[in-house]
Formats: sequence, C-alpha cells, structure tokens
Amino acid sequence: MSADFSALTGLSLAEARDGLRRRQFSARELTEAYIAAVEAARPLNAFITETPEAALAMAAAADRRLAQGQGRALDGLPIAVKDVFCTKGVLTTAGSHILDGFRPPYEATVTERLWQAGAVMLGKTNLDEFAMGSANTTSYYGPVENPWRRPGDNRPLVPGGSSGGSAAAVAAHAALAATGTDTGGSIRQPASFCGIVGLKPTYGRCSRWGVVAYASSLDHPGPMARTVRDAAILLAVMAGHDPKDSTSAPLPVPDYETALAGDIRGLKIGIPREYRAPDLPAEIEALWRQGVEWLLAAGAEPVEISLPHTKYALPAYYIIAPAEASSNLARYDGVRFGLRVEGDSLEDLYELTRAQGFGAEVRRRVLIGTYALSAGYYDAYYLKAQRVRALVARDFAQAFERVDAILAPVAPSAAFAIDEQSDDPIAMYLNDVFTVPVNLAGLPAIAVPAGLSADGLPLGLQVIGRAFDEASVLRIGAALETAAQFRHRPSFLAGHG
Amino acid sequence: MALDKAQVAHIAALARIRLSEAELEPLAAELSKILDWIEQLNEVDTSAVAPMASVATSTLPMRDDRVDDGDCREAVLANAPRSAKGFFAVPKVIE
Repeated sequence: MSADFSALTGLSLAEARDGLRRRQFSARELTEAYIAAVEAARPLNAFITETPEAALAMAAAADRRLAQGQGRALDGLPIAVKDVFCTKGVLTTAGSHILDGFRPPYEATVTERLWQAGAVMLGKTNLDEFAMGSANTTSYYGPVENPWRRPGDNRPLVPGGSSGGSAAAVAAHAALAATGTDTGGSIRQPASFCGIVGLKPTYGRCSRWGVVAYASSLDHPGPMARTVRDAAILLAVMAGHDPKDSTSAPLPVPDYETALAGDIRGLKIGIPREYRAPDLPAEIEALWRQGVEWLLAAGAEPVEISLPHTKYALPAYYIIAPAEASSNLARYDGVRFGLRVEGDSLEDLYELTRAQGFGAEVRRRVLIGTYALSAGYYDAYYLKAQRVRALVARDFAQAFERVDAILAPVAPSAAFAIDEQSDDPIAMYLNDVFTVPVNLAGLPAIAVPAGLSADGLPLGLQVIGRAFDEASVLRIGAALETAAQFRHRPSFLAGHG
Repeated sequence: MALDKAQVAHIAALARIRLSEAELEPLAAELSKILDWIEQLNEVDTSAVAPMASVATSTLPMRDDRVDDGDCREAVLANAPRSAKGFFAVPKVIE
C-alpha cells in the first residue's frame, strides 16, 4: 500500500463526494486510503474498534450504485462513529468496562440513516466513559491524544471530550467526518480543541434512539467535520423525525447545504455580556472580538444582550445530568449484557458488577444523581435545578426576541496536556461554562475553528441559534469560516511524513 | 452540605455500587465539595418558576397499540453473560 494517501484523505467530504460522482476515484480507493489512515493514526488511540472489512463491503456497494448513476447523498464517504451509537453486530462500549463485549442486536436511527445514504463505516471512536468528561481521559480504553501539539513542546495534549476520538480522527484526516453526541459541550468543545467544526443540533432534531443514554433531556447527536459545508451535508442525513424517539421533532428537514448559499446581511447577532467574565483569558476575548468584527464586516449587526442566569447553568447541569444518569445507568446490572462480576447473591452481583464496571467519574456522577433524587433531597436539589434550568432557557428565549443568533467562545481555553489537567472535578466542569447553557435550553449551536492560541493551538467560536434554525447557525458559521481562513494543520496528520 | 461516611454508604447502597470502607472518606469529601459548589443555586429566586423537565414542547404522541417487533429471543439473549433455557440466569433469589 502506498505510504502517501493524503491526496485523497486531504479532500473535504463535499470534495470527496463530488470526486466520486465524477468518477475521478472509486469509493474503494477512497476507503482503502482511509483504512490506511486509520491504521497510521493508531498512536492517537482515537478508535476503540476498527471495521475495515465492513468499510470495504460498504464501499463496494456504493461503487455499484455510483456506476449505475444511482449514487446516494453520502455514497462511498468513509466516516467514523462515536462509540456511543449502537451499531448492529459491532462492539459498542460507550468507553466503559461495564459494556464489555456488547454487540447490539439493532442499529441506532442516526447511524442507520447514514448507512442508508451510502456512508462507509470506518470504526467506532473513543470517548469519555458514558460521555462523561471534557478531556477524553475517563475512557476505559485509555486517553485519546490530540493530533495537535504546541510548537516546541512534545507533550501530548487532550482532544477535549467527550467526543474526543471523533474530533481527533477527523482532525488527523483519519476520517472524513464523524458522529458525536453533545450533552454539555461534548461535540463543540473537542471540535474547538482539535480545530474542526462541530454542530449540536436542536434537541429533537436528531433521534436519540440507539444512542447509549447519559442524560436523556440533554443528549444531542450531531455531526463533526472539517468544514461547515460538510457538517451541513451530514446533518441533512442525520436529522429527521423518528417515531422510535418520542422527543424527536415531527418537522421537515431543510436542505442545509443549499441554505449556506445565502448571506448574513442584516442579521442581528447577540453578544452576551455575562460571557465576558473577569477571568476570561485575554486571547479568548480577543478572538471573540475578532469574530464580532468578521460578522460586522459580513453585514450582520452585533447587539449586546444579557443572559443573566448564565452563572447558574453549570451547577444546575451538575444536578440534572447526574440525576438523569443515575436513572439511565441503572440498567447496567450484570444480568442482560456486558460485564458480570459473580456474587453470592443477586444483590452482590449487582453491586460488584457496578463497582468494577464503572470508572471514577461515572461513579461520582451516579452517586451525586442518586443523592439528588433521594427522599428528602429531591425538592432541594433536583426540582431546584430544573427551576433554574427554566430560567436559563427563558434568558435565551428573551434574547431571541431581539437577535437572530448569538456569538460566543466555545471553551475558556485551548487544549491542555494530560498532566496539566486538574484533579478537581469542579475545575474540569468549568471547561463547559459556555456550552452547557445551550444544552439546558436545547438550542442549536456550531463550533467553528477561528484562530490559534498564543501557544499555537486551535480555538473555536460558537454560534447559537433559535430552536430548529440550524440553517442560520450554519450560514453564520460559514461566514465565520470564510473570514477566519483557518488553514492551520495539526502536527500529526495520518499518512504525512 | 457536607456528607459523612454513613451517608455516602447509604447513597452507594441505593445506587447498587459496592464501596470499600477505605473509599468512603475520600468520596465523602469529594462529593461534599461538589454539593457545596451546587449550593449557589440557592441564590436564585425560583419561587415563581415551574421546574423544566425537558425542552421538548410537543405532547407525547399517541400511536396504534400494535406489535411491530418481537420474536427475537436469541438476539436478545446473545449478549447475556449467562442464560439458560431461554432465560437470563442469575443467582438464586428465593430461598
């Protein structure tokens, strides 16, 4: 196999699609290049399971359709799947020991839509255990490395989390794109850390059926890609009503790629003053200001807005998400699937299985959630947090009476080294300060790479939109992308050098 | 809100997670710190606000009550750590 497959893997998803349709190369050639790229990227630990045989079979089917002029929306395009989507017959771990050996007998709706559209599965990507984390360091399968390093500093950096494997694979050109899930920032923050695009759609836009549940009222499946256009193409396939998810929205799905064609003249862009916290690093604030200038130059109108309950979104989230997790994770009992640690009694079996099967962060959140839902504390913690959630959502609703979208940073920092990570859970939770409020409100938001930090690492900007207005979010994201001209590449690219 | 060892043991029992005696003290400290941080929610006046369980505004849809799945016992049991005679097998529950 040729060592240099970068001519193919360097294409965006849209370019690869167009090349396949023009028969400039075959789905098999593209897929073989990506299988080699996935192998070359193994030092990043981005994949838990590689599925090269399945990929080649899917590519062959795509080539047959393409040859007959019956190519589908994503025919022959190799993508990766966060290992929290159930894939029929393919190991699905959620990054947890407790799902040892689990091969789902069914396929998640979102991935089923991708395969029906002709996409090719390269494998399942690493993640924080049960998607609980912001650095991809809680996975049972080990941490993922960010393909970026600081110039002159060889220490491996975290890719962000929880969709860290997906972000690292896409950034390292080991997948054209990937699926992610975002419960408190898990698509947008790793996208920002790895210099790619990540889109969290509106709650209800993409079905959660077949996605291993963390916090059901906050979990959002969505696309991760190298360009805004690629994210638009993927979302159009992933989105849509699903009778199997009762919270799935029965709304038509626009043609998001076509929606990119418009401009953003006259749109009002809210700038939330509460996000300009005193401890916001100067380079993050400078990039944010730059983003405002870019949108102004593109004809949009910046408007200062207030989201007064921003400060309380994180503590509310860290009651609601663990409470829902403690309920959702009750199913892991060692009886029906996954890990089983034998005990003398059924009670022993449950307790020993869960003690060995869950890692420290999952255990912490299940315990907090169990406490918050327990008799005597339910009102004080759980209902209180849900009331604060209503206020956070109301802040956004009131802002959207005056503006069409909101511009904000994605995260308060660039990627950090594994040994720079705080042992303090609360310090880690603060990574999600700009992303969590959006999950509480269920709104669509995109992270777009916009610049480099002083130490040479990617930083993203975030556009938040009205519910079900992904089209505007994508269009404004595209305007940022055009203005930023982010052409930097990570130090590790699969198949280069 | 400070949790003590006994409370952590109680919560862990509710959550069906076995903890060793040595794990209780550090977890009590850790969880107490998180709960202290969460206490700031009490600064917010929520007396006139209803709890929000979900942003999904539509009411739960009705559907016809008909069987559209099933007859897949082998597939369901395929992931069981132990099964016997078409059932999940667990330690004896009734004496």
